[in-house]
This record gives sequence, C-alpha cells and structure tokens, in this order.
Amino acid sequence: MNELVFFINKVLISGAVIGSIYAMGAIGVTLIFSILRFAHFAHGDLMTTGAFVTLFLTAMFPEAGHAVGLPTAFVMMPFAMVITSFLAIGLDKAFYKPLREANVKPVVMVMASIGVTLMLQGVVRIFFGTSSRNLFVDDRKEIFRLELPWELASRKIIITEPQVLLFVFTIVAVVALHYFLTRSRLGKAMRATSDNADLARISGINTKTVVTVTWVIAGCLATAAGTLLSLDVALKPDLSFQILLPIFAAAIVGGVGHPYGAVIGGFVVGFAETLAVFNWAILLRPLEKAYEWDLPSNLALVPTEYKITVPFFILIAILVLKPTGILKGQVL
Amino acid sequence: MSNKLLMNHKKEFLLFGGLFAIILLIMAFMGTAYGLRMLVEAACYAIIAFGLTIQWGYAGLFNAGIMGFMAMGAFVTMLFSFPVNEQFWSSGLAGDLGSVLLKLIIGIVLIVGSIKITRFGVPKKAQQAVTLVLIGVVYLVYMNALAPVADSIEKEVGFIGGFGLPSWLGWVVGGIAAGLIAYFVGHICLGLRSDYLAIATLGISEIIKAFLKNADWLTNGTLTVSPLPWPTPGAADLGFIMARASYLSLTALVIALIFFLLTRAYNAPWGRMLRAIRDNEVSSLAMGKDVNKRRLEVFVFGSFLMGVGGAILATFNGLFDPNGYIPLNHTFLIWVMVILGGAGNNLGTLFGAVFVYIIWTMSEPAALFVFDIIRNIGDSVGWEAPQDLDSRALQARVFVIGLTISLVLRYAPKGVIPEKVARHG
Repeated sequence: MNELVFFINKVLISGAVIGSIYAMGAIGVTLIFSILRFAHFAHGDLMTTGAFVTLFLTAMFPEAGHAVGLPTAFVMMPFAMVITSFLAIGLDKAFYKPLREANVKPVVMVMASIGVTLMLQGVVRIFFGTSSRNLFVDDRKEIFRLELPWELASRKIIITEPQVLLFVFTIVAVVALHYFLTRSRLGKAMRATSDNADLARISGINTKTVVTVTWVIAGCLATAAGTLLSLDVALKPDLSFQILLPIFAAAIVGGVGHPYGAVIGGFVVGFAETLAVFNWAILLRPLEKAYEWDLPSNLALVPTEYKITVPFFILIAILVLKPTGILKGQVL
Repeated sequence: MSNKLLMNHKKEFLLFGGLFAIILLIMAFMGTAYGLRMLVEAACYAIIAFGLTIQWGYAGLFNAGIMGFMAMGAFVTMLFSFPVNEQFWSSGLAGDLGSVLLKLIIGIVLIVGSIKITRFGVPKKAQQAVTLVLIGVVYLVYMNALAPVADSIEKEVGFIGGFGLPSWLGWVVGGIAAGLIAYFVGHICLGLRSDYLAIATLGISEIIKAFLKNADWLTNGTLTVSPLPWPTPGAADLGFIMARASYLSLTALVIALIFFLLTRAYNAPWGRMLRAIRDNEVSSLAMGKDVNKRRLEVFVFGSFLMGVGGAILATFNGLFDPNGYIPLNHTFLIWVMVILGGAGNNLGTLFGAVFVYIIWTMSEPAALFVFDIIRNIGDSVGWEAPQDLDSRALQARVFVIGLTISLVLRYAPKGVIPEKVARHG
C-alpha cells in the first residue's frame, strides 16, 4: 500500500503538476503558431519574465497575501499577468510586427523570436541575477499531508498549497478559455483567423485585435505557468530552453492550433516524463517479496539526467506517425 | 583589370582592410600569442559559420542545434586522438563492452529491417507497430546490458580513453558523425514545415549535450578530458607563438579548401537549384526538382562542417568539456556571425565570423569595465551594488546578442556583404 502512495506522490501528483504547466505554456504556443504562423521560441523566457514580475510585485507588497490567506505571489499574479501582457504586446509591436508587415518567411519570425528570447534572458539576469529565487518572500509554503483510511498505508499523500492552486487555476483557465473561444465574438474571430487568415480578413474580422488578444492570452498563461511553477519549486532564471522542448512537443502532439489539444498534449508529455523516470522497482517490491523475484534496485525506463529525451522522442514519434497531432492540427 | 576588381569590390576591400587593422591593433596591445589564439578560434568559428551559411543562406534551413553538432565533432575527435587507456584494453571490460555494442548493432539492424518490411506487402500500420515494439525491446535490452559494464568501467579504469589515432582523422570522422545525426533529424523533419526542424535541432543538441555530460564511461563526463594532442608541434617544442601560428596556418588551409569548394558548389547547377528551392519552392517542385533530397543533402553537409569546426576548436583548446557547450556561445553567436556577415555569401560569412568573434572576446572585459563604472557611480550615490555584479555583467552580452539579431533582421536582413544575385540578360 505504501508503494502505491509513493506512486501517487511521485507520478500522479507531479505528473499533473508538470502537465498543467506544460498545458498552459502549450496553449500560448499553439495560439501563436496558428494565428501568427510561427513557432514562438521566446515562450520559455516569457514565462520566466512573468514569474520575475510576480517576484518583483511580491517583494514590493509582501503583506498582501495575509489579507486573503493565500500566498502573496498568487495574489500578485493577476497584476503580473496584466503587466506581462502589455510587455508581450510591446514586444510584438517592436520586433514581430515590422517583420510581419515586410512579409518575411515564417523562419525569419522564428529567428526574431530567438532574438527576443535572448534579450529577455539578458534583462532578467541583469536585474535579478543568475541564482534561483524563492517566491515566498514573507510567508511559508503550506504542505498538506493527507492520511489514507487504510491501515496498511502509513505513508501520507503529500500535496502542497501551490499545487492545489495550480490545479484550480488550470481548470478555471481552461474552462474560461473554452467559453471565450466558443461563445464570445472575439473568440470566434480568433478561431476563424486561425483557420484561414485571409478569409477572416475579407469577412471583416479585425485581425489586429485578434493578434493583440492572442498575445494577451499567451502572456497571461505564460505568467501563470511561470509563477505557479516557481511557487512549487523555485524560480530559476535559466528555465527557457529546458522547458521549450516539452511545450512545443505538447503543442504538436495535441495538434497545432487546438487549445484543447494543447491541454491534452501537455498532460501526455508531463505524465510521460514522470512515468519514464519513475523507478518501477519500488512499485514491484511487494510482488518481489511474494514471488521471490530478484529485481534490480533501479527499474526506471529513462535515467533522470536524460529526462529531456522523453519530450524529444514523443515529438519525433508524433512527427513520424501522425504529424497533424491527436486533434488534426495544421501542418503548414 | 585590377582597377576594375577594386572598383567592383570596394566594400569588401574596405571591410577586410578594417578587420586586418583591428587584428594588428589587438596583436600590438594584447601580445602576438593572444592575437593568434583569437584568430585560430575565429577560424574554427568560421568553419562552423560556413556550415550554417550553406544551410541557412543557400537553402533557407533553420538549424537551432549547432551546439550539438559541434559537441559531437569534439567528442569524436577526443575519442580518436586521445592516448590509449592500456588499463581498459588489457582488462576484460573491453570484451564486455564489445558484446554490448554487438547487441546494439544487431538491434539497429533489426529495427531498420522492420522498417523495410512494407516492401514485402506488410501494411504500413502493422509495420509501424512492429517497429515501435522492436525499438522498445532493443532499448530495454541495450540499457540493461550496458549499465553494469558502464559502472565497472567507471569504477575500475575511469573511462575508456581514446584510440591514439591522428587528430585529422578524428576531425573527419567527427564531421561524419555530426552529418549522420543530421541525416536522422533531417529525414524526419525536412518534409514538414520549416519551424519543426528548428524545434527538433534544438532538442537534439540538448540531448547530445546531456548524453556527453552523463555518459562518464565514454567521455569522462564533467571531469573533462585534456590534453588533446595537436596535429602540429605543440608549444613545448616551438613556443606559444610559433605553435599557434602553425596551427593557424593549418586551419587557414582548411578554410581555403572549404571556401574554394563552397564557391564552386554555389555557382554550380547544384547551388542554383538550391537557391531556386529556397526562393520559390513551388516552382522548383513544378520543374521536377527533388526538393526534400536537396535539402537533406545540404543539411547533412552543413552539419558535417559544423562537426569539423567543433572538432578543430576542441583540439586547439586541448580540452573536451561537455559542460562548456552552451547555446549562446555555440549556436546563437554563430547565427549572429552569419546574418550579420551576409547569409549565402561566403566572403560575408568569413568576415562576419572573424569580426563577431573579435567583438565577442573583447566584450567580456568591456562589459566588466562598464559595470565597474556603474558600481562606482552607485557607490557615490549610496546605492549598494549586488554581490554578483560581475556575473550579471557577462549576462549583458546575452542581451546584446539578442538585440543584434533583432536589429539585423529588421534593418539589414541581407547582412553587411549581401549575397550577389546573378542576373542574366
């Protein structure tokens, strides 16, 4: 029984945590991919930047959380989302829009986004240094230990407050996005632009507004993902390229242009990662005793240091087997 | 005639003249040995930049994983040229490792065979399922066979050492290894939209780095391997200046050869076809050109050059350090060299590589100097500078690289020496 609790802690909870983070990143990437037609390489650093904006606000008003009984960083997150959205729109105006208007190839846009990623990285590191930070400035991380009603389970299920907040926020964000995209006028305009930009424009959709809204959604979700990830572990300024690959893999697995696909892809990649590095020998230990097997002590599919290979091979597999992704996305 | 040449290429002469003057200045102020070292490194970067200029400039392919190809070349040259580890070969471990490798080779043959069974009328879905299962089985068998052998190698003899072969052989094989990886990635991604290649190359370079860093039995991991032997006489025999000068002449020879071949290829029908594909894929397809095959060729060839460049650089530094490969220095710096110099123009690429590398090396003391001034100003107004200001100062260079990419893309997308498009008639 204890082994099962260990499995829940190590795989179900951490897989869901990392899956939610990937899902929120992948929604932004997939929207930008389908509306602006390029792979946004600066998304990882947009997440880091958003998290640092939160850190800045938290350091400014360390007391704010006590009033509502939540971590201050979580209370400050909506403000950081607004700031980061403005930043994202500004970056678009300064660096992507001129290229878009010059009608360059999508690859040039990808290069421009790498330029932006390096600039964001540089700015964040100049102002905040290169070491990792803790987002809990004036408060402590609360850890819940849930006891199980069975006698055999002496271990407890461990879940932290940021993780609960992350799950709640992810669900709320995905539901809200669903209603926005299917019910509101603007959301429908976004979907139309993503399906066929030229057709959308001649039928009177203001594509400029659509682009702006895309950046706002992407910026908000990136901030939330960055902040909640940093609340759960620590705020690292060198996240960018490490997190970019799983996010792209998630977006492509789900099918480019499908926000729901991105959510599915995020959880697929997240659980695949945690399942691959999980040590199966622990789960098999009771069986080992019962049947007197001789199992090696480590039965992980992939050593932890090679975790990055998991999203890559998922990506390769999906590109070979079904390049459109699970939900039939666009392959342009 | 010579006057006409001068008139037609005024800009090139001016730029290279200025570059030459900068190099002389640096040699005068920082010492000849320092200047020579910088030039050799710049030359290695130029070889890598040539690899990128044919991928990006000739064919419009986006490679975000230059670091991985460089590291691969460096690793192979380390494996080939490092002295033989007698302890390893005389122990039974070599035989054990051999049997593991044999299993791996059999596994790969089986996997490749299973991909080909569609030729015997097996449906594609069934073939894919068989291949996936086979990959899984081979992977598990191989991992289980390797783990104990790798452990005992690390415990008993450190790492397997090298083969003690000449460096140049390692350079060539390193390039071929990089090319093979490029073939694997390109084969999968080149038929899809261009962004996927960028994502896949980014991923493969991180994986190569993770592998080289953690496979201690093969690469000595983070403990690094040094000194790698030089193909030319070392500093102990000739002194720093002469040794570096002879290494520089060797790299200059390599560059001259590559430059000659590339210029020939650019003007040949093959190069014209590539540019046609880059500029208008649809019409090239309509002309009956095999677009994906040409792209695969150029991607493999460019990655070969990146591997060779990385190998020559590692041999010159005498050090193989998998941790030293970071995307900024080894991927994006080269991007800046190529797009600033002029993608698709070999002369421009050469200029960009040497010029940007000089700026890059000079920028480190410059950034520290500027931030020192900031610290002093801060002190005088009562602002306390953070402890790690120096490491932050170096991060300012990241910002500058990013800004340069953005500005060049917007204001000078063709670089300082643009590609010359031949007009006929």
